[in-house]
Amino acid sequence: MEGKPVLHYFKARGRMESIRWFLAAAGVEFEEKFIETAEDLNKLKNDGSLMFKQVPMVEIDGMKLVQTRAILNYLSTKYNLYGKDTKERVLIDMYTEGVADVNEMMIRLPVCPRDQKEATIAKIKEKTTVHFLPAFEKVLSHGQDYLLGSKLCRADIHLVEILHYVEELDPSLLANYPLLRALKARVSNLPGLKKFLQPGGQRQPPTDEKMLEEARKVFKF
Amino acid sequence: MMASKPKLHYPNGRGRMESVRWVLAAAGVEFDEDFLETKEQLQKLQDGNHLLFQQVPMVEIDGMKLVQTRSILHYIADKHHLFGKDLKERTLIDMYVEGTLDLLELIIMHPFLKPDDQQKEVVIMAQKAIIRYFPVFEKVLRGHGQRFLVGNQLSLADIILLQTILALEEKIPNILSAFPHLQEFTVKISNIPTIKKFLEPGSKKKPPPDDIYVRTVYNVFMP
Repeated sequence: MEGKPVLHYFKARGRMESIRWFLAAAGVEFEEKFIETAEDLNKLKNDGSLMFKQVPMVEIDGMKLVQTRAILNYLSTKYNLYGKDTKERVLIDMYTEGVADVNEMMIRLPVCPRDQKEATIAKIKEKTTVHFLPAFEKVLSHGQDYLLGSKLCRADIHLVEILHYVEELDPSLLANYPLLRALKARVSNLPGLKKFLQPGGQRQPPTDEKMLEEARKVFKF
Repeated sequence: MMASKPKLHYPNGRGRMESVRWVLAAAGVEFDEDFLETKEQLQKLQDGNHLLFQQVPMVEIDGMKLVQTRSILHYIADKHHLFGKDLKERTLIDMYVEGTLDLLELIIMHPFLKPDDQQKEVVIMAQKAIIRYFPVFEKVLRGHGQRFLVGNQLSLADIILLQTILALEEKIPNILSAFPHLQEFTVKISNIPTIKKFLEPGSKKKPPPDDIYVRTVYNVFMP
């Protein structure tokens, strides 16, 4: 019997959140082992569990997978959300990488120095409105339910996750993108995601100053 | 109908396109390049809707305009059997490539750091390579004793690692001194005919970034 995937990370969004979103949307139950102390982290680093001594790490199918993209590539293939052929896969890859560029900025925002925060937020807003949102709205102008057409794929999940973060940053940013708002509603209502996003679900809250202060004390950075 | 050569759109320098040049060369695929030298050229690509996210690298290949470095690399690797024989090998290759790309990212960003920070960053790169990344690959090679990192055949992982090792050696000549298997790996992979050709003068391999390259990048990409 196959066990559930086990996620090893801090109790925070960071680089694990996109993996949580994906598994939830794919309807895959998962366990989490939260790294809560410096000792927890050192244990993982020293027992050979982490290829590059870094998390995220996901235990699945007898492997200890690291590197967010490698993990998501494996999961997407395993759960059939990576398209049906090479042409679909490369399209999915391009969409996914575009989302990852924006997600990278979102991930770094909580740890950005206070005096740079406003400038960083402005940069995020610029990138999303100039490069990112228009591109995806245009893709959806084909009038079908999902980015690739009638079938859900990983890129829809990754994109909708980011749309949630964009909305958290500034709801008005999504005002001019009706097709993206429709995709967001459609994907967020998938049974697995609906549960994930409700109170008590496995989604992590935004990283705020208090969480960061606690983490700094515990992990001494 | 004969397939046309892939066409690469990027400034005339390494940057994020160099990995693509490496993989195409290793696969024995000839390609053309349209070098971006001015803001107007980039604007033309953007206005013509050739760039999905208004960014380069962009590679015209098999009737598509591919963007995003990893997407391009994966497509070429799939097409030319550089991604292992099954999902398990593919995933191992993926993990190795992603780790190596983290290290390569420091090299890519280096020319654009403030001069005062550049020397410090070389030290950081060296530490990361020697402490976090090289030991992993040294152990893998020592463990199976094979020429290639995964599955006893050339893969994306070998090519990107070699690219990164050689780029680091340009800045830190003795960086492999504690890694005998990686030294052997470097020699063996460099001697693969397609890669050997790419490493010879006159190939499409680009030289280390200089002031002209940095200035071109600012000219093309800064608003």
